[in-house]
Amino acid sequence: MEEVGLLINGIYLKVPQGYTLLQAAQQLGVDIPTLCYHPELPSEGNCRLCVVEIGEYPRTRLVNSCTYPVEPGLNVQTHSEKVLQARRIVLELLLARAPKAKLIQDLAAEMGIHESRFKSEDPYELCVLCGLCVRTCREIVGVSAISMANRTPGKLVTTPFLEPSDACIGCGSCAFVCPTEVIPYIEKDGKRIIWGREFELVRCNVKLEQKLKSISTVKL
Amino acid sequence: MPKIESVDHLTEYRRQIRAQRDPKQQQILVCSGPGCLPLGSTEVAGAFQEQMQEKGLQGKVILKSTGCHGLCAHGVRVLLRPQEIAYQKVTPEDVPEIVETTLIGGKVVERLVYQDPDSGQTAVHKSEIPFYQGQKPLVLRKLDEIDPESLDDYLVVGGYRTLRKVLFKMSPEEVIDAVERSGLRGRGGAGFLTGRKWRLCRQVPGEVKFVICNGDEGDPGAFMDRAVMEGDPHAIIEGMIVGGYAIGAHQGYIYVRHEYPLAVKRLTQAVAQAREFGLLGNNILRSGFDFDIKISQGSGAFVCGEETALIASIEGNIGEPMPRPPYPAQKGLFGMPTVINNVETWANVPEIINMGPEWFAALGTEKSKGTKVFSLVGAVNHTGLVEVPMGTTLRQIIFELGGGIPGGREFKAVQTGGPSGGCIPKQFLDLPVDYDSLQEVGSIMGSGGMIVMDTTSCMVDVARYFISFLFEESCGKCTPCREGLRQLLNILNDITSGEGKEEHITLMEEICTTMASASLCGLGQSAANPVLTTLKYFRAEYEAHIRDKKCPALVCRPLLTYTIDPEACTACLACVRECPVGAISGPKKEAQHIDQDICIKCGRCHDVCQFDAVKVE
Amino acid sequence: MDVERLESILTQYEGYPQDLIPILQDIQDQYHYLPKDELKVVAQRLNVPLTKVYSVATFYKMFSLIPKGRHQLRVCLGTTCHLKGGQRLLESVSSHLGIEPGYTTADMQFSLETVGCLGSCAQAPVMMVDDKYYARMTIDKVSKVLKLYKE
Ligand SMILES: Cc1cc2nc3c(=O)[nH]c(=O)nc-3n(C[C@H](O)[C@H](O)[C@H](O)COP(=O)(O)O)c2cc1C
Ligand code: SF4
Repeated sequence: MEEVGLLINGIYLKVPQGYTLLQAAQQLGVDIPTLCYHPELPSEGNCRLCVVEIGEYPRTRLVNSCTYPVEPGLNVQTHSEKVLQARRIVLELLLARAPKAKLIQDLAAEMGIHESRFKSEDPYELCVLCGLCVRTCREIVGVSAISMANRTPGKLVTTPFLEPSDACIGCGSCAFVCPTEVIPYIEKDGKRIIWGREFELVRCNVKLEQKLKSISTVKL
Repeated sequence: MPKIESVDHLTEYRRQIRAQRDPKQQQILVCSGPGCLPLGSTEVAGAFQEQMQEKGLQGKVILKSTGCHGLCAHGVRVLLRPQEIAYQKVTPEDVPEIVETTLIGGKVVERLVYQDPDSGQTAVHKSEIPFYQGQKPLVLRKLDEIDPESLDDYLVVGGYRTLRKVLFKMSPEEVIDAVERSGLRGRGGAGFLTGRKWRLCRQVPGEVKFVICNGDEGDPGAFMDRAVMEGDPHAIIEGMIVGGYAIGAHQGYIYVRHEYPLAVKRLTQAVAQAREFGLLGNNILRSGFDFDIKISQGSGAFVCGEETALIASIEGNIGEPMPRPPYPAQKGLFGMPTVINNVETWANVPEIINMGPEWFAALGTEKSKGTKVFSLVGAVNHTGLVEVPMGTTLRQIIFELGGGIPGGREFKAVQTGGPSGGCIPKQFLDLPVDYDSLQEVGSIMGSGGMIVMDTTSCMVDVARYFISFLFEESCGKCTPCREGLRQLLNILNDITSGEGKEEHITLMEEICTTMASASLCGLGQSAANPVLTTLKYFRAEYEAHIRDKKCPALVCRPLLTYTIDPEACTACLACVRECPVGAISGPKKEAQHIDQDICIKCGRCHDVCQFDAVKVE
Repeated sequence: MDVERLESILTQYEGYPQDLIPILQDIQDQYHYLPKDELKVVAQRLNVPLTKVYSVATFYKMFSLIPKGRHQLRVCLGTTCHLKGGQRLLESVSSHLGIEPGYTTADMQFSLETVGCLGSCAQAPVMMVDDKYYARMTIDKVSKVLKLYKE
C-alpha cells in the first residue's frame, strides 16, 4: 500500500494512504481526546474535541482529526495553544450542557476545568449528542430504531414520534455504547425495558443465530 | 413553440421573432419584482389591461409584467418604452391618467416621476435618476426589459447565443480557461474562483457528474437571487448548460427555497420551455451533448445554503453539513463529482462567454472582477437592488445611489454578508467593496445583502438578533456551534435585559474564537462575526448596557421606561386599548398614566400613539 | 387514513429515497401537516427507516407534525423587518389571535409562524397571509388585515 509522509508535532512519520490524522497520531502514540469517535463506526466529526491544527504559520486552521485524511507533507500540531483553547471551550460548553456527565467531568478535569462559566439550562441533562447510539443502531445493529430529531434548540436522540419503536429489537447496544450512560435501560425479573418497550430476556443458548432469533421474536 | 433542431435553426428562429418585433412599439413594463409585488403590481398590471381594452389599445401597446426594476423604495414602478419614462409609486388609480396623458396624449404625468428627496429635482427618464447612474448592470440588465415567462423575449435579447459558441466551437477545457481568465469568483459568499472549481471537478475521473445552482438565499435582508430567479430564469439555465458542458455533467439541479414560490414557478416553467424547445434534453441542438435540469425545493432551513448540507437535502436527508474534504468537486451529490455555484455566479457565465473573459476582467478590482448585485435595504432612502462594479465604495453605494439616510438621521453602520457578516462603522465608508477589503474589516461579501443602520439601531440588539437567528437555524451537529450559540444567546439576552455583567464580554470573545476555529461548517465558523464586529466597533454600547443598564439607541425594551406626557396626551385612549396588561389608566377625558409596576415594556402604546405623547427613555 | 389521497401523491414519484422531501412537501401542502400514519406508509414505500422520515420531518421548518389552520400567517423577522419593528408586529398579531408563534387558533382558522426572510426587505416590515404579501405593515393595520380572513 502506498504511504504518505507527514509531520505530527514536528516528528516525521509515514502512514498508509487513506489514514485519518487521528489514526496517524495514534500510530505515533500521541493521545488526542475524542468523544464521538468509535473505530467501528463511521466518523461524523460532531464533537470537535479531536481538532488539530494544520498548515504553515500564519495560515493554519483547525480540522477534526477523525475525518481529515493524511496529506503528503502536511504539518500537524495536536496540542498547540489554539487547539488546547478550542478543546477547553468545547469541554466547558459540554459541561454546561451536561454538568453531571461523569465522562465530561473527567475530560474537562484533565484540561483543568472543574466548573463551567456558562449557564446550565438543565442540571440533569446527560446527553451530549455525540450520536454514537444512533450510529450503532443504524450501522451495527442495522435497525435504525433511534435518530436525532429537531435542530439546535431542541435537538435530541429519540424514537420516532417519541413513542415505543416497532423497529427496536431491545438489544441494548445503544445504551452499551453511550459514553454518558443516559439511555434509560432497566433490567429486572427477566425483563428489559428500553425506549419505552419491554423485552423478555431469554437465556443464552450459545449459538448466536438462535440468540438473534429469540430476540427478534420477543413479546411486546 | 417549435422544437429547435439545430443551431442554425435557433439563429433563424431568433431572426424571425426579431423581425416581428418593432422596437418603436409602445411598451408598458410593470415591475413585479420582490419589492413591487407586495405593493400591488398585479393590480396595477390588471388596471393597465382594463384601460387598454377600454381605449382600444390592444395590439398596439404591449403590456408586460417584468422582473425587478431596482428602485424598490418607490414601487410600484412602471417603465414606458421606447420613451424610457419611469413612473413610480403607481397605484391602479393612477393607471387611467397614465394611459390618457402619456400613451394617448404623449405628455408626462409629472406627479409620478422621480423626485430627489433633498433638492426636490425631478427626473423623467430612467437614465436621469441618480440611483441608476452609478450602476453597471450585467446580471440585472434584462430584468426590466423581458417577460420572464417568455422564452421568445429571452431569445430576442440574445439569449442562448452562447450555445453556438460553446457546444460547437469550444472544447470543455477552453470554456474552463475562459471562465478562469475572467477572474469570476463565486457570488454565494466565499468567493472561490469559479474556473478553478470547474477545473478541479473536470479533473476528477468519473462518468456521472452534476452541476447545482444554489438558490437557497437564506440570508435575511437579501433578495438578489430571488430577483434573478424570478426575473431572468433562462440566464441561469443557460449558465448551467455551459457549466455542465465544461465539467462533463449531464444533469443539473436548481435548489430553491420554498419561501420563494414565484421563483419556483418561474424556474419550473423556464426549464419546461427550454426542454420543449430543445435547449435541454438529449443531443442539444444536435451537438451530441445531453443535459437536463431538475428543480429541488428547500423546506425551510438556512443551513441548507451550505453546499454539503444542500447536497444532503437533495438526497432526501436532513441538512447536516459534512466535514470537507472530500469537497463536492471530488465527491458530491450521490457521491459523484459536483460543481455547486450560486445563482448570480451562473447568471454571469453566458455574458462572460459572449463578451469574452477580458471584457469581464476589465471590470472591478485586481482580485475581484466584474460586478456585484447588492440588496440595499434598511435606513436608506433608495432601497432596492443595485449592481455596481467591484471596488465601488460603501459611501458611493449608500449615499450616491442610495440617496443617504432618511429623516436627516446619521449613518451608524452597514451590515454586509448576512448572519455570517459584520457591522461596518462610519470610519470605513470609503472602503472599496470587494471580497478582500470586507474581510479585512471583519465582515464578508456574503451573497450581497447590505443593510444600512442609523442611530435608531442598537448594535447589541443587532448582534442578539443574528445570534438568535443562527441559534434557530444551526443544525446542531457540532458542539461549538450548537452550544456556543446557545450560550452567546443567553449572554446577549442577559445584556439586553439589564442583567449584563462585566465578564460577559470576555466570555463572548472566548466562545467566538472557538466557534470560528473549531466549528464544522461555515455557519458556525462565521457565526461569531456579528458579535465580534459589534464588540470591536461599538464596544461603548455594550458597556452602556452592562454598566449603566441603558440602551442608548432606545431599542432594548427592558432597559426603557415608558411614560405619558400629560401635555401631549389627548385622552384618545388608543394606548389603553392596545396595552396587553392594562397598565394604562386615568380619569375620563384627561391625560392617561402608565403604572410602571404593571408595565411589561412592550412598547405598543408608543407605537399606536398618534400624538407622540408616549415618551421613551 | 385516506388511502387514495396519499396514493395520489405517492404515484407521482418513482419511490427513490431522494423523493422523501418532495413527498413530504406535497403532503404538507395538501394536509397542512404531516399525519403520523401517512408518514409510516411513506417510510415503507420508500424503504427507508421511520427514524429517517421523522428526523427529516422535525428538521425542516416547513413541516409540522400537528395540524395547521386554514390560513398560514407568516410574519417576517428578517434583518430589515427586525430593525423596522417586525418583533412588535409579531406581538401584535400574536395578541390579536391569542396564540404564540408556532401555534394554531382553537377554531383552526389561523396558524402563526415567523420566517427568516421573505425577500421583500424594501417594504419592511412584511407579513404574508397564505400567498399574499402585506407590505409596510403597522400595528394599526393588523386587525384590518386579519378581518379579511375571518369567517
Ligand atoms: C450557512 C451557510 C449558508 C449559505 N447560504 C448560501 C446561499 O443561500 N446561497 C449561496 O449561493 N451560497 C450559500 N452559501 C455558500 C455555499 O456553501 C457555497 O459556497 C456556494 O453556493 C458556492 O457557490 P459560489 O462559488 O458560486 O459562490 C452558504 C454557506 C453557508 C456556510
Ligand atoms: S457549524 Fe453549526 S450548522 Fe455547521 S455543522 Fe456545526 S452545528 Fe451544524
